[in-house]
Order: sequence, then C-alpha cells, then structure tokens
Amino acid sequence: MADLAQMQGRPLEHAPLRAWQWARTHLFNGVLNTILTLLIVYAFFRIVVPVVEWALVDATWSAESDRACEAAGGACWAFLESWGRFIIFGRFPYAEQWRPALVLVLFVAMLAVSARPGVRGRTLLAIWIGGLVAVGALMWGGFLGMPYVETELWNGLPLTLILALGGVGFAFPIGIVAALGRRSKLPAIRWLSVAYIELIRGVPLITLLFMASLMVPLFLPTGVGIAKLWRAEIGFALFFGAYLAEAVRGGLQAISRGQYEAADALGLGYWRKIYFVILPQALAISIPSIVNLFIGAFKDTTLITIVGIFDVLQDANTGLNDPAWRHAYVEAYATIGMIFFAFCYFMSRYSQYLERRLRRTGTGPRRK
Amino acid sequence: MASIPGTAPQAADQSMIEFRGVHKWYGDFHVLKDINLVVRRGERVVVCGPSGSGKSTMIRCINRLEEHQKGQILVDGIELTSDAKHVEAIRREVGMVFQQFNLFPHLTVLENLTLAPIWVRKMPKKEAEELAMQLLARVKIPEQAKKYPGQLSGGQQQRVAIARSLCMRPQVMLFDEPTSALDPEMIKEVLDVMIELAQEGMTMICVTHEMGFARTVADSMIFMDGGQIVEVAPPKEFFANPKNDRTKLFLSQILSH
Repeated sequence: MADLAQMQGRPLEHAPLRAWQWARTHLFNGVLNTILTLLIVYAFFRIVVPVVEWALVDATWSAESDRACEAAGGACWAFLESWGRFIIFGRFPYAEQWRPALVLVLFVAMLAVSARPGVRGRTLLAIWIGGLVAVGALMWGGFLGMPYVETELWNGLPLTLILALGGVGFAFPIGIVAALGRRSKLPAIRWLSVAYIELIRGVPLITLLFMASLMVPLFLPTGVGIAKLWRAEIGFALFFGAYLAEAVRGGLQAISRGQYEAADALGLGYWRKIYFVILPQALAISIPSIVNLFIGAFKDTTLITIVGIFDVLQDANTGLNDPAWRHAYVEAYATIGMIFFAFCYFMSRYSQYLERRLRRTGTGPRRK
Repeated sequence: MASIPGTAPQAADQSMIEFRGVHKWYGDFHVLKDINLVVRRGERVVVCGPSGSGKSTMIRCINRLEEHQKGQILVDGIELTSDAKHVEAIRREVGMVFQQFNLFPHLTVLENLTLAPIWVRKMPKKEAEELAMQLLARVKIPEQAKKYPGQLSGGQQQRVAIARSLCMRPQVMLFDEPTSALDPEMIKEVLDVMIELAQEGMTMICVTHEMGFARTVADSMIFMDGGQIVEVAPPKEFFANPKNDRTKLFLSQILSH
C-alpha cells in the first residue's frame, strides 16, 4: 500500500488517514454496522483473548496432577504429558507402540498419495491393498520377532482410522452396487436393494452396532468366532453403504439418458458402460454429499465405545478416570476435538479441490 | 433402392437391414405400424416426415435403443431379439449419431474415440489411437484430440461424435437428426462430413430435414407419417412427383421456406 501511495505521488503520511477512511466506509457506515463492529470487537476481547490466555499464556505444560495446574489458572496440558500417549495408542503393549505409530504414518502417506491427481485405477487399488496388508501385519505382528497383539488391544487413533477407512472402504462398493441395483430392470435385484437400503436406514447406528456385537455371535456356529472389531466394522460398512447408495443414486439420476444411449450404441455392454461412462460422472456429481457422509462416518466411529471397543475418545475418558487428572476434561475433549477437526478439515478441503479439478475438465458439478 | 419387400426385386444376400411387419407400442400408443423395409449394403436412405411420425423410433429400433413388440428386424442377417449377445453383436456393427451429440464429457476427444475400440473390439491402445487420429483428420479436427467435448463448438462436437462411431468400423451408420441441434452456420461442416462418408460407400440411414443433403446423397427417400411408411421413392421422383397427398403436403411445407 505504501508503494502504491508513492507511485501515485501521494505522501506516505496519508496512509493512516486512508486506513481511517477505509474503516469509516466499511466498518462504521451507518448505525447498525457501527453497533455490529463494536459488538465484534467486544466479543473478541471477551472470548478470543481469554481463550488464548487460558490455552497458551497461563497454561501448565508439566505437572504431577491437575491440582498442580490450578495455581497458574490456565489449561492443564500436563494431562497430555501423562496420558497423551495412552490416548493415541491405548492398551497396545507399551514397548510395541512403534508399530501403531508406523501405522499412523502409513495411513497418512496412503491418503496423501491417493489424493494426488495422477494416481487412479489399478495403482490406487495396489496402494490400498498393499497398505492395508502392511497395516494388518504391523498391528497383529507375530513374526520377525514382533509379538502377536490381539485386536482387543488395538486402541486409540489407529483403531479409529481402521474403523473409519475400513468401514468407508467397504461401504463404497456396497453403496455403488445397491445404488445400481435400485435402478435395475430386474425386479428381484431392485427389491433386494430397496429392502437393504430402507431397512438399514431405518435403524439407528447404535442398534446396528449392538446387534453386530451381541446378536451376530448367537447365529454363528460354535467354534466360529469373528473378533468384535470386525463385526463392528461390518456393521459400519453396512450402515454407511445404505446412505452412500442414496448419495450415488442422486448422481446417477443426474446423468442424461443420452449418455446411456451413446454407450449402448457403441456396444459397450452394461458393466463397461457403468464403469467407464456413467459412474465417473455420477460420482463426480455426488462428491459433496459423499464427503459429507464420510465426515459424518468418521465422527460416528466414536459410537463404537458402547460395545466396549477403545477408540481415541474412550482412551481419553480412561485418562480422566485417573484420580490425579479428574478435572482435566476440557483439555482432554479439546484434544480429541482437534484431532477429529484436523481429519475432517482435510476431507472437506480435499473435496473442494476435487470439485475444482473435475469442473476444469468439464466433468462434475458445473457452475450454473 | 430401399424397398418394401414384395413390391420390388429383393436380393436377400445384399440386405443389410430388414424390417418385416414391425409394430411398436408405447403403452396404448401405436408408434410403429407394420413397418416393412429393406436397406441394401452401400445404400443411402433418408427418412423424413412430420415430428411424431415415428422416424426416430424406427431407426432406434435398429440398434435396439427401442424394443419392437411384433415382427422381425434383421441386421446383417442377425435377428434382433432380447438375447443380449445378439444385441451387442449388432451394436458393434451399427454406428449411431445423435441429435444431442452425447459425447462423454469426462473424457478427452481422443478417449471418446478409443474407448469402445479398445474395450469392445479389443484393439491395442496404440492402434486405436492411430485410427482415432486418422478419423479426426477425416472430420477435419485432429488438433482438438486432447480437448474435452465441453471446449468444442456444436459442429465440432457432432463431427467428433461421427468419428467416434466410425472408430468402431461399423457397417451401417444411423443418423438421428444430426444437425437439428446445431446453429445454422455449423450445419454445413457436419453435412460435408456426412456427404464424404456417403461417397465412400457407407451404408447410411439418416433422419433429417436437410433436403439439399437428401438430394445430393440419397439413393432413396422414405416418408413417414403416423407411424407408417407412406412413400418410398428415389429422390428425383420423390421431390418432383410425390404420389401420396400427405407427402405432397409435407414437402410443400418444408420446401416453401
């Protein structure tokens, strides 16, 4: 701005004056705007400043218990010093926690690679199959001197990510098949799809998780046991599959009949028509609602605690049960909140980027 | 010329497309009434008639975008039934160009052309791309190969659509009002491509109101009205001396402006 003023031959001293003029035209033009401006300034000093003081200025970073923090009057981040590692990894054997740590790095790397524009199709599938095999190997262990760790002890953030990515990963094909099935010309397939979608959508997720953890074992033959984690994972996948089916169906309905006819006229056949022509366009259109579902699904993984699986939120609750840290709940939940926010924000930004990219190539939702 | 079987000499081995007593209904509405028609290999047929006369429906029956309920349709000797194998075999040999182009907007022009040859004809990718580039040169837009359909004009898109059909090396080309959605200044560039194609000996059935084009390329004219074939004649005779009153009325309306 100073450069501009000089270039226009105006003396520099006028800069503060111009700032004042800008404020008058933008912040104080009229009674209502003046009141709003003052309210916002007031709110800033009443809310933002105290929060920053609490979280950073007066915070205690190292202490033996929450009582030791009280003197400083700020946030008691010392809680994380004692319990942070447990919140992330839970009851996974302490000496082996490098394994879930590596899994977290692996997950982030897989997500980062998948988000790159050039990566798709077979490469993507190879990355995910390879990545998931590596994740399983690291978590279970039982070879190369790594002790075997049962799924009961898979806790915390790695568990949350396994639940979310696995659930969504399996929900995706289920949802696409159900969406296509609902539009099928064959009555049996159509009814089956409608029954699945409506039945699952009509039931709360909690009910489904209870059924997966308590009822499914009753129906399995004796001796056949599926770990509770996988039963819950299947419950998640079925639940989100039904919602995803409806999101995808919305996209399918937006594709013009001409696209189907052109693919038919070329003799592509049903599956190639769907795979090469219809789905890429339908999914691009459904991106906002699919991402919306993914964000919801990610946060809903916290419901898993009700069937006794220790995710990152349950780990934090465990920490709060420690008599030394009973009052650190704001810090605990703020930490969990920030972890979830970080992932959800990434998903949201990625979807915006995807939409922009698809719009550029002429696919996807177009600006009207 | 296209003929109604029994009224004209018929060479069965030469027939590319044959309608035998074909009827079609949409619910109670009788769209096609007793269609009998033979189109021989290498023949160019132009179908005209008022809107709602069933001309589009008729040619869409040839690659089974529409199903007929009664009668027989034979394409290159194969009967069209609900058997998916027959339908796919026929669709491989029959190219179609639509009024609305119907290019795949998420694929580049080149990918639009090579998709079906690679996956249906099992052509190696490189060969398919070479063929596609040849065809794009033939429709005079090789420089647009890397663009997306949305970046092209209507006339260019329709020429890409023609090239896309040709890339399957079809034996017959169906045109369903290919210039009706185009701005006037773009009609000629599409018709020029179609005329060239006709001169190369492609079997063509065109639903169009471009009577100048019909005069230039058609071996026979078909006039449809009310779901029936009303008149079949070579273009000279058709335009100079239409026999049916409805044909006369239609021609007077369409040629007067």
